Amino acid sequence: MLSINKSQFNLLEKLCNAMSVSGDEGEVRRIVLEEVKPYADEVKVDALGSVLVRKNSTAKKPLRVLLDAHMDEVGFMIVHDDKDGFYEFKTVGGIDPRHLVGKQVIVGKDHLAGVIGAKPIHLTTSEERQRSVGVDSMRIDLGPEGKAKVGDRATFAAKFKHIGPSIMSKAIDNRIGVAILIELLKNAPKNIELCLSFSVQEEIGLRGAKVAAHYFEPDLAIAIDATPARDLPDYNGEENISYNTKLGFGPAIYVANSSTIDDPRLVRFLEETAIDENIQYQFRQPGGGGTDAGAIQKSRAGIPVVSVSVPHRYTHSPISVSRVDDWKNTLNLINAAMKKMTRELVDR
Amino acid sequence: MKQLLKTLTDTFSPSGYEDEIRKVILKEVKPLADEVRVDALGNLIARKKPAKGTKDAKKIMIAAHMDEIGVMVTHVDGNGFVRFTNIGGVYPRNLPGGHVRFANGVSGVIGLEPTTSATDVPPLNKMFIDVGADSKKNCPVKTGDVGSFERTFIDLGDKLVAKSMDDRIGCLVAIEALRALKSTPHDVYFVFTTQEEVGTRGAETSAYGIDPDLGFSIDVTGWGDTPGQKDFDVALGKGPAIKIRDGGMLADPRVVQWMVRTAEKAKVPYQREVLLGGTTDARAMQLVRGGVPVGCISIPCRYVHTPSEMVDYNDVKNAVKLIGVMLSNPVNLQLIVTL
Repeated sequence: MLSINKSQFNLLEKLCNAMSVSGDEGEVRRIVLEEVKPYADEVKVDALGSVLVRKNSTAKKPLRVLLDAHMDEVGFMIVHDDKDGFYEFKTVGGIDPRHLVGKQVIVGKDHLAGVIGAKPIHLTTSEERQRSVGVDSMRIDLGPEGKAKVGDRATFAAKFKHIGPSIMSKAIDNRIGVAILIELLKNAPKNIELCLSFSVQEEIGLRGAKVAAHYFEPDLAIAIDATPARDLPDYNGEENISYNTKLGFGPAIYVANSSTIDDPRLVRFLEETAIDENIQYQFRQPGGGGTDAGAIQKSRAGIPVVSVSVPHRYTHSPISVSRVDDWKNTLNLINAAMKKMTRELVDR
Repeated sequence: MKQLLKTLTDTFSPSGYEDEIRKVILKEVKPLADEVRVDALGNLIARKKPAKGTKDAKKIMIAAHMDEIGVMVTHVDGNGFVRFTNIGGVYPRNLPGGHVRFANGVSGVIGLEPTTSATDVPPLNKMFIDVGADSKKNCPVKTGDVGSFERTFIDLGDKLVAKSMDDRIGCLVAIEALRALKSTPHDVYFVFTTQEEVGTRGAETSAYGIDPDLGFSIDVTGWGDTPGQKDFDVALGKGPAIKIRDGGMLADPRVVQWMVRTAEKAKVPYQREVLLGGTTDARAMQLVRGGVPVGCISIPCRYVHTPSEMVDYNDVKNAVKLIGVMLSNPVNLQLIVTL
């Protein structure tokens, strides 16, 4: 079993604290490139900005397996300079405006400290307090010295934390997938041709993965991502029947979501691998949502896909919470699965 | 033909889980086709090669989807009740009291949480499937298991009723057209596609693989001929419907003309279909690679996406005939002048 060592924590911290809002993934890309180069047989940055990595096999005609994790995160884009340090902004990717009021953010390449201002309770009416505030009437306040440009990205300011069994960050979705992919490359087995896509622009429509899959033309693919856990109790005392996933129950294997019906053979294979290797796992509740697998499966003449995610609470909010054990078990499930893969898995 | 239709519609195969129906269709088409293969997403492709000596044969792709709508388990509660979500276009009002069968053979009935009025239809997350279990432990299904709706096939003479007539009737028409096709000047690919009901996914990738010159889908469409139905000029028994447009596709006018002229010449009754919502595999085929001229031949079908979908047998036979004549004769879209 692979463990999560100090250097992996350090790497995840660095990845999580970087700013990599969809379409401007340079900071994370630089970290990834530095990490993968010593271990890869081929590294390239494609036209959209995804990092594509290949690790050759020693087998003749090996099974070509694509592992994908997206580098981008949700955030904001500055759209207007109101002067005096106030900036109008739009959200990038799925963000609930109710999460924003009063939050700290970082803006632009220099990570300028800003705050999304909130009207103090002293000055609001009770009627105002019942309503949620729209993004159009929010501003990022950088102070009169802070200079941002229209088009600059911004994201939540929360720094990575490791507290006991938990990790917290603004960008567990999906730096945890990125960190797992890097570690898998370092332990790459020889029986398969391993292709990795550190993809751009997942949060705004699975765009980077679409072209990466076209480039690699793999025999099968696994998207590794982070998925919401809403595993808190239902406060009316009834059984919580829509939790999506639960923290501490292991990697969440997908069966179906809005973008994909995961290949039943791959779902079964991962489940069997988890049982054989004694790795805790759970099924993500079928339902909405999507991962890069949705784009990959439709590439060219079709690719069998499955998704596996690390569960985390408070997705796409200023700070999410995940468990180190789920991280470790996800890493080990995919690592064990890769070693056992043969062409029979996807033969028809 | 009716017996085969019964077998096709009785078969369990919600989107993404088409193994069973693929086996049934494979058995039928294998002796009829020159070449049969299954692609990465599970599409079954049966090829009929052009007659010897044919020059410049066109690749024609014909898509009929094998999958059906269904349900998937999201949670089994402490008392053994099964919560579920939809696979494809499942409408809550069609469900109460219905029967569900799971891949492992387990059956159940759909129950509802109490509503404030007896006529209310709750959303899917207020429904559950009762498989006769009384605890999570003795419940024979688990999260991620797939189910389909169950209903007996009924032969009413001309009218035939079954679950999953959408689109096993298209599969039947494709099989029978292939059976009838003794010789063709075209390179014909009958594709029994996967995952249509969740977004025409199988058609998209199989069309990429085949790279056709033109194509069409065979699918069900709605109906305008029962009480209260308005503004849809398609009726059961008046012939297959030649699609002009639907919610996702404008049929290539040349393909429409090809179908219309063939039908008139062969004296096959047909209807012109202008559908406002919904779409078929043809939409995905049209947008593949550099684009493909496509159309669709529809079988009018009442009560679509309920467990009791009804078609008229004469429309089915006429669709087989129309497609047979289309594929037996040369086509040159360049020579078809549209109005």
